[in-house]
Amino acid sequence: MSNQIEPLQDPGLPHHVHRKADTDPQAEKRAERQVSILFLLSAAGTFLFIYSFIWIPTDVFVFLPLLGNTNAHQLGIGTGLGLALFFIGAGAVHWAKTLMPDEEVIAHRHEMRSSDEDRASFVETVKAEAGKVQLGRRSLIKRTLGLALGLVGLSPLLMLRDLGPLPKQALLTTTWDKGVRIVTDPGNRPLKPEDLEVGAIAHVLPEIEHPEHRKLSDIAKDAAILIRVRPSELKLSEERMSWTHEGIIAFSKICSHMGCPVALYEQTTKHLLCPCHQSTFDVPTGAKVIFGPAARPLPQLAISVDEQGYLIAAAPFNEAVGPSFWERNS
Amino acid sequence: MKTRREKIAGGVANFVDERTGAAKWVKKNLQKVFPDHWSFMLGEIALYSFIILLLSGTFLTFWFVPSQEELIYNGSYTPLNGVKMSAAYESTLHISFDVRGGLLMRQVHHWAALLFLAAMVAHLMRVFFTGAFRKPREINWILGVALLTLGIVEGFLGYSLPDDLLSGTGIRIAEAIIQAIPVIGTYLAFFAFGGEFPGELFIPRIYTVHVLLIPGIILALITVHLMLVWYQKHTQYPGPGRTEKNVVGYPLLPVYMAKAGGFFFIVFGVTVLLGAFAQINPIWIFGPYTPTQISAGSQPDWYMGWLDGLVRMSPPLETHAFGYTISWNILIPGLIVPGIIFTGMALYPFIEAWATGDKREHHLLDRPRNAPTRTAIGAMSLTFMVVSLINGGNDLIATHFHLSINQIMWGTRISIVLLPPLAYVITKRVCLALQRYDRELVLHGRETGRLVMLPHGEYIEVHEPISPEKAYLLTQHEQQEPLALPGADENGVLPRSAGIKGKIRSRLSKGLLGEQIAKPTPEDVKALEGGHH
Repeated sequence: MSNQIEPLQDPGLPHHVHRKADTDPQAEKRAERQVSILFLLSAAGTFLFIYSFIWIPTDVFVFLPLLGNTNAHQLGIGTGLGLALFFIGAGAVHWAKTLMPDEEVIAHRHEMRSSDEDRASFVETVKAEAGKVQLGRRSLIKRTLGLALGLVGLSPLLMLRDLGPLPKQALLTTTWDKGVRIVTDPGNRPLKPEDLEVGAIAHVLPEIEHPEHRKLSDIAKDAAILIRVRPSELKLSEERMSWTHEGIIAFSKICSHMGCPVALYEQTTKHLLCPCHQSTFDVPTGAKVIFGPAARPLPQLAISVDEQGYLIAAAPFNEAVGPSFWERNS
Repeated sequence: MKTRREKIAGGVANFVDERTGAAKWVKKNLQKVFPDHWSFMLGEIALYSFIILLLSGTFLTFWFVPSQEELIYNGSYTPLNGVKMSAAYESTLHISFDVRGGLLMRQVHHWAALLFLAAMVAHLMRVFFTGAFRKPREINWILGVALLTLGIVEGFLGYSLPDDLLSGTGIRIAEAIIQAIPVIGTYLAFFAFGGEFPGELFIPRIYTVHVLLIPGIILALITVHLMLVWYQKHTQYPGPGRTEKNVVGYPLLPVYMAKAGGFFFIVFGVTVLLGAFAQINPIWIFGPYTPTQISAGSQPDWYMGWLDGLVRMSPPLETHAFGYTISWNILIPGLIVPGIIFTGMALYPFIEAWATGDKREHHLLDRPRNAPTRTAIGAMSLTFMVVSLINGGNDLIATHFHLSINQIMWGTRISIVLLPPLAYVITKRVCLALQRYDRELVLHGRETGRLVMLPHGEYIEVHEPISPEKAYLLTQHEQQEPLALPGADENGVLPRSAGIKGKIRSRLSKGLLGEQIAKPTPEDVKALEGGHH
């Protein structure tokens, strides 16, 4: 299998070359001094650390080239501790390299495999012990033990059940509903169509009674954006067109790819961009994906105005917002 | 006459030995030999940065509050006064601004984590390219793959704990990946988060996993990993005097101990200096997490960057059928490709051993050029990772170099298909060229650059023979023939091993061992010495 070519002859381990410090007492002294100096530098580092920790106030900033304004306290203790540790290491390594014995030694390896006798006697012992407990004959015990062991693993799994509720309809619903007012995020102010000029974008949420108690998990589904374009620029189906109001179109702000907020709007191209994975959505065509990994348009929210002239949702989202999941049906 | 110090030391040693019988073991192992090479320090760096992580992490737990309970900030970082945030984020601000040394330790912890992962990857590359994973070290290779996987998860959880805008965004993406798993994904996500994202339970839960569960498993695996290194003895690079039967190096005490111990302090010192001078993860700039905000240029840590890059370049594929959805655009880059990469990595030693039919122990390392196909596979995988990683930063590349993000994305989409095979081919050719060069060196010596005019006018360049040590190093390796497909026996019956499995095996074997530049034999050398100038 392996080829039979003999290698060139092994000349053996090269002759050991003595270092200067091994033969020259002066070099040895010098090396010793160098090691001590390194250890002394470490001690100095610790003093710098202690001094900085106690006496440099935490609100002093110094200007350093490249780094800019830097907190002097943090810099002092960091430099002190870093140098203290570094020089212990440098000293130890220098010591090992210059003064400790540096002759390489040879140790022998042995194959990992046990000797044949050991293996044979191992097999015999196992067989003998197994024979004593008569494992071969007690098939009823073996089977029931197997059953018991197989089942006992289920209990800890089942105990994890209360980690969370079942999903049910949670991912399909949001706070948006017919007649819910659209308010700004942040600010919770209701909006009128004239608040938005053509080209403007507004980040919005549904109005709720106690906005200060708005839950993050609701925000994570409710967040939406309003964008105003000229009505003539919208290229939508008749139904979708009826979901807009005077050129104002509303989309879920939660990316249909992985749920990041689609927060970047480019006014000139009318593109929405998700900064996480660069999925790009085209606003005039109903947030169709024109680039990136997202596979679905952003869900569109039907909007209109109430009798006081404030923007409201005309209906809930007609599909689930956010990233896809198995039970999603669209 | 014993000195006082000798008496005390003798007393302690006696106490320990009478209770443990340690003297015999210690005597044997203090002389344990460790080969010396810079590339053997990579694993050491990983070990030391893990210790630094344990130390700095423990410090941080004294103040960190793992809670998503909301409160209004009113503290010493005035720009955020009055802002609603979680207790986790608030306590991270407290550590950064009000605990002396807190910011330093946070930065040391983060730098040590980056270093931990980087050192593991570098160590893995060293082990792979030198063939150190071969028998008997396959178990340690698998432990290494497990440690790397755990390290990545642990790093991601740590990045998620402060509940700043970046970390919350990372969690959101993780949630989307869980949710994309067919059939059970939604349930898994609801169990992990205790309901809908983000809920108030996730950070307390991953805190326990981050500070207890995973570090405990990592510590246990590192212990086994090191015990195996100890027991099996370290591999060594080939060279004069080094064989499969011996190990050449320095004894544990004192040289190796001093060097390794010193190196721990050097790594620790450098990490602290990084923490002092190089700002990392300034969470006060990002602000607290809220699902509606994001900053441009959102980046994961580098060891997650390749995953993010794969997700970014994925084509927009989703299947809707029978009322169910499968998100290939998330599953393929987020779970399937990483699953294949890590499984393939874990199985590689066994695949290679099967294809070469080599069941012997190997303690001498390969020079990468002498295993051209393996080296090429490594280069191919690395290229794949690097292209993914580059795409993970495509937005930063676009803004820094004024390029279009769409062009970069298309560039990496095409590159991820074209460049890895190209890297494979080039690497293999380079390895073979280096083998040819080695052969030349042994047979014709080293070019000296000295031109000599012979009496009849011909110019030649003088070649000097290389030292016997070098010649041995260049020829010590074994060149195995690929496994041949077994032929039919005298009755014309093909053996079982010639079936499809056998064909795959002989193909793999040919791929791994088929192309080699024959190394010079002693006969070649002699023949040349006979009639050469």
